[in-house]
Amino acid sequence: MSAVKKQTEDLVNVQVDGHWIQVKKGTRMIEACKQASAEVPHYCYHPKLTSPGNCRMCLVEMGMPPRPAPGQEAELDNDGHAKISWMPRPVIACANSVAEGMGIRTQSTLAKECREGVMEFLLINHPLDCPICDQAGECTLQEYSVEHGKGESRFLENKVKKPKNVDIGPRIRLDDERCVLCSRCVRFTREIVDDDVLGFVDRGSHSVLTVHPDKPLANNYSLNTVDICPVGALTSNDFRFKMRVWFMRETKSVCNGCARGCNILISSRENKIYRQTPRENNEVNSSWMCDSGRLNYHFLESGARLTDPMIKKGKSHETVDWPQAIRRAAEGLLKYKGDEIAIIASARMTNEELYLVRVLADTLGTRNVDTLKCHGEGDDYLSHEDKRPNTNGAKVILKLSSPGSKINSIKRDIESGSIKALLVYGENIASKGFDDGVLSNLKFLVTSHILANPTAKLSGIVLPGAGYAEKRGSMINATGRLQLLNKAIEPPGNSRDDWEILQDLNRAMDGKDFIYELADLFSEMASVVPALKGLTLSGIGEKGVPVIETGETIPLLEREAQRVKQGLIAG
Amino acid sequence: MAVPKYIKGKEPHKSEYRMIFRNVDRRGWDASIKSYIADGGYKDLKKALKMKSQEVTDEVKTSGLRGRGGAGFPTGVKWGFIPPDNKKPVYLICNSDESEPGTFKDRYIVHQDPHQLIEGMLISCYAVGAKVAYIYIREEFSEGAKILENAIEEARKKNFLGKKILGGKFNCEIFIHRGAGAYICGEETGLIESLEGKRPYPRIKPPYFPAALGLYMCPTIVNNVESLCHVKHIIAMGGQKYAKIGTPRNTGTRILCVSGDVVRPGYFEVEVGKITMGELINDVCGGLRKGRKLKGVIPGGSSAKVLRAGEKYTIGTGESERTIGINDIPMDFDTLAACGSMAGSGGVIVMDDSRDMAWILNNINTFYAHESCGQCTPCREGSLWMKKITDRMVSGAGVPSDLKTLTSVGDNIAGRTICAFGEACAWPTQSFVAKFPEDFKKHTSRRNAGKELNPESKAAAAGLKR
Amino acid sequence: MEVSRELNKQANEYISHYPNDQKRSASLPLLHLLQQEHGYINEESMNWVAEKLDIEPIHVLELGTFYPGFRQTAPGKYHIRVCRTLSCAMAGCYETMEKFCEVAGIDRSRVTHHNPIAVSEDGKFSIEFAECLASCGTGPVCLIGDEFYESVNAENVAELIEKYD
Ligand SMILES: Cc1cc2nc3c(=O)[nH]c(=O)nc-3n(C[C@H](O)[C@H](O)[C@H](O)COP(=O)(O)O)c2cc1C
Ligand code: SF4
Ligand code: SF4
Ligand code: SF4
Ligand code: FES
Ligand code: FES
Repeated sequence: MSAVKKQTEDLVNVQVDGHWIQVKKGTRMIEACKQASAEVPHYCYHPKLTSPGNCRMCLVEMGMPPRPAPGQEAELDNDGHAKISWMPRPVIACANSVAEGMGIRTQSTLAKECREGVMEFLLINHPLDCPICDQAGECTLQEYSVEHGKGESRFLENKVKKPKNVDIGPRIRLDDERCVLCSRCVRFTREIVDDDVLGFVDRGSHSVLTVHPDKPLANNYSLNTVDICPVGALTSNDFRFKMRVWFMRETKSVCNGCARGCNILISSRENKIYRQTPRENNEVNSSWMCDSGRLNYHFLESGARLTDPMIKKGKSHETVDWPQAIRRAAEGLLKYKGDEIAIIASARMTNEELYLVRVLADTLGTRNVDTLKCHGEGDDYLSHEDKRPNTNGAKVILKLSSPGSKINSIKRDIESGSIKALLVYGENIASKGFDDGVLSNLKFLVTSHILANPTAKLSGIVLPGAGYAEKRGSMINATGRLQLLNKAIEPPGNSRDDWEILQDLNRAMDGKDFIYELADLFSEMASVVPALKGLTLSGIGEKGVPVIETGETIPLLEREAQRVKQGLIAG
Repeated sequence: MAVPKYIKGKEPHKSEYRMIFRNVDRRGWDASIKSYIADGGYKDLKKALKMKSQEVTDEVKTSGLRGRGGAGFPTGVKWGFIPPDNKKPVYLICNSDESEPGTFKDRYIVHQDPHQLIEGMLISCYAVGAKVAYIYIREEFSEGAKILENAIEEARKKNFLGKKILGGKFNCEIFIHRGAGAYICGEETGLIESLEGKRPYPRIKPPYFPAALGLYMCPTIVNNVESLCHVKHIIAMGGQKYAKIGTPRNTGTRILCVSGDVVRPGYFEVEVGKITMGELINDVCGGLRKGRKLKGVIPGGSSAKVLRAGEKYTIGTGESERTIGINDIPMDFDTLAACGSMAGSGGVIVMDDSRDMAWILNNINTFYAHESCGQCTPCREGSLWMKKITDRMVSGAGVPSDLKTLTSVGDNIAGRTICAFGEACAWPTQSFVAKFPEDFKKHTSRRNAGKELNPESKAAAAGLKR
Repeated sequence: MEVSRELNKQANEYISHYPNDQKRSASLPLLHLLQQEHGYINEESMNWVAEKLDIEPIHVLELGTFYPGFRQTAPGKYHIRVCRTLSCAMAGCYETMEKFCEVAGIDRSRVTHHNPIAVSEDGKFSIEFAECLASCGTGPVCLIGDEFYESVNAENVAELIEKYD
């Protein structure tokens, strides 16, 4: 006899497959089951979207203790809980909430029959072309059909024909024969991004998902529908047919498209990225990300990638090895003193890299340190107007109260000749006002880039850098959250992790001991940067930690919180 | 009130109790407000407006009125589900979709006695606190929609409708909303979505019980045309007196619509439970055609499970338990439910021994496959599958496993869908196959492949010509 | 698309039947208006409704394709709808349909789920099956335009068609 826990103000007792657990009041049955490690198969349910209850995959058996007759005590079971009387009809677990004393059976004969029935229904008109379907390997239909489907088909009829390979937007194609009509995509576009362009036409078994010919699915969040589509009906043009999912390695990281810092999974194989998908973080991006951020990885495999350090000889650059490049860079900078030197860093750099820039600036004794301010269009969802992922990192580490505010004076001082040497890290300043006319005043220019660009062309020394997916490090996003980037692929050629390059440069000047682990570098940084006090690199974890108060809120998350409160979504 | 006389050839049968259909086929009667008022119309509205709205609801509760749209749910109880602390507008919707095959009663009220409906609606609006009501009328009743529009204008002119009705504080508007040919718009939450201008996808219940979260997420009462007309008569005579009509728990009158293989099909208003299936078919409808025997009856619209002639049913409990045959079934909600079927919408479809039940079921399956809204998996896929199977069977390509498959497809739909359409489409298949297996087996034998298995169907149709 | 002032006025009247923030409710009434005007619902009509009601055009397309009461192709001058459902079928509606086609010169061989309407060569008549028209006791029944006919059987079809000649 297990002890009966009392019902508290916000907890209720629920029996799942014979075991009693306590869950928060108002919890959806499906979530309660999950908490009891009884995963209920489902298609249409998504915790961030309303529940239409249309797929019927989550049918379970449910029971409640009968209300005792007046003056009578509730009849108790062996375990001390009120006896449950089971309802003859199954109920959907996705849209119904738990109540005190409720019983749920996810593995009873009835529940299993229901699931098998739904699976069979979904499969009779399904093309079953998994061998050529991108979803294979992560398709819930395929997965469940192995677990819950009938082995052989007793469907002797012709399947319903539906449109295939429909162009529904610039980035997405639709195969209506694969669609299980769960309406997740429709609800996403309607409820999350207010772009209600998807709909169903025709009716009954002939229903198909579509867009109006004049109004495609083109919003900057459209690819999230591909993620939440439980089958291979919606496919990303970017990813289609490129790679089977089971071959790919997933790396947890953070998008570098803007200051939001959406949490992502980078999927790669043999040093090549095939796609990026959002990773749930309810403090940052919920379960979503924008298309521009998602697709912003192709530059990493651009033909313009710099793969070796280079030194300018006359009009052209020639390849050198790292020790030579570092030595020449150090020598070049050390020729000048204090404010004769300027450093333009980038808010694309990790905290660790920025910290090494700070150390460098201290060694050189210059106060001319800044990053570029780079604002663009943001929106009311996730995309931030600050197009640099680590502006807040630059603020706290380089002690910049307003990044970008010194850029004009640096430019002026270059033009006047008082700044003689410039180190640029990761910004193509030649296209940001520092053209040939400005930069030709310098005596020494060393820059680091990922791609060959006009700034590199003008530089005496060019150091090839690593992209965000090619390195590890931390960043602080727009809402002040410290998050972790992880390395998904190796940088190409002889390019290296930037913190190592920067450290080499520092050590070439200050001669101090090398740090061999990024974690140690982080700890050193944390000991001098107040916002990071007491933190360790491994302590950041997968979901990040808040480190500074920015006063910013995330509109999309606020709306989701509101919907949770109203009981419209589970959250 | 004058005792009505009826058009020759359309007189009510002597076992009828004409209340709702008092003016249907009435001689000298038309749909105008003049006719209606001359016959005492709108007096019951005046009477209701003098009562407290709660008192009106209480009378309806006392009357025991059960919905005539299909489910037979007590009307007064439904009205009581509006949350007591409600601050939102309340809506009343008259369900005039009349789309359950075999049902043809609301049609006559709408076309011949629109003011009875309007009066019933106004009283109901007053009771539930609705200031706006909609009549959702099926598109195919285009003439009926015009008649109702006209009637509303007539009523407005007389201040039975609009602002400060009859000089009091009650304001109420009624609007007509036409459907566009979809059976699912008869299902109340599908209807509500349709009225909101969306695809008529029924809503999940819970949480979307119309009385709390209905039209525009406001409390909404949906009632059938006939149910709303009854309200007028309940107010006229009082709930208690009304409850004496019919039988206990099955009070009042209801209109039974008989079609199929009887000599005199038609509509008949009878006291609920006071007439048996046998009396209905044999006396009221003149029996079967010459030389024909009863094979089966669908008692409550095509969704109701079929009853087979010769079956025995055990009804009642304890002392009053008894076994009866199909002809002895009193036509009321509870007995038909006890017999494994339902009174449903009152549509009685009679089949004689010339009929091939596989052919009949195929026709029904075609209807449901065409009408499934397609929202939820079992119904969307299952309804078409069942149709495809019976299609194949009647075209001579049946296989022995078809019976089993049909039944299990039905089993996998019923009770597992968003709305009661699931049962509606599964019950015919489940019951026809279970009760007439021989008719289906015939279609699975190779010997019969390609043969016209229903040689009598054309002849049967010829025999029905009137 | 231009609509007549009269139609626009009627549309506004329908819109006024619903709460101000629920204009979308007028979708069906407006589609009916346009079908009355053009005989069927084409893409332009749907777009007009979407614009008038300030909703996404996909939502009108969703309705136009759901309801068989909205025709997606042009019917003949007289559009016939024959009830197909059980009681009428028992009373011979399939034969009625055949006869209609024969008399009006309509070929239904190309009728499919997506294309339910067949039109006579001269464009005068078109025909389709409808589901139960709620007059099962007097089947077979049919609608020609908005007019309703009972007990329409193979014998009296020709006579009925003549009325429309
Ligand atoms: C598939 C389906 C179709 C229905 N069709 C109708 C109909 O045509 N007319 C009707 O009054 N009720 C119909 N109903 C019942 C309604 O949902 C609802 O119960 C009824 O209108 C309530 O009115 P009542 O309580 O007065 O019967 C249908 C129900 C289902 C599940
Ligand atoms: S496309 Fe995918 S997400 Fe959208 S309804 Fe179909 S199965 Fe669901
Ligand atoms: S919103 Fe910003 S961080 Fe998020 S995916 Fe888009 S670009 Fe990346
Ligand atoms: S049961 Fe059928 S009609 Fe009802 S919601 Fe589901 S698919 Fe639609
Ligand atoms: S998950 Fe689809 S009905 Fe519950
Ligand atoms: S079956 Fe034809 S009108 Fe009902």
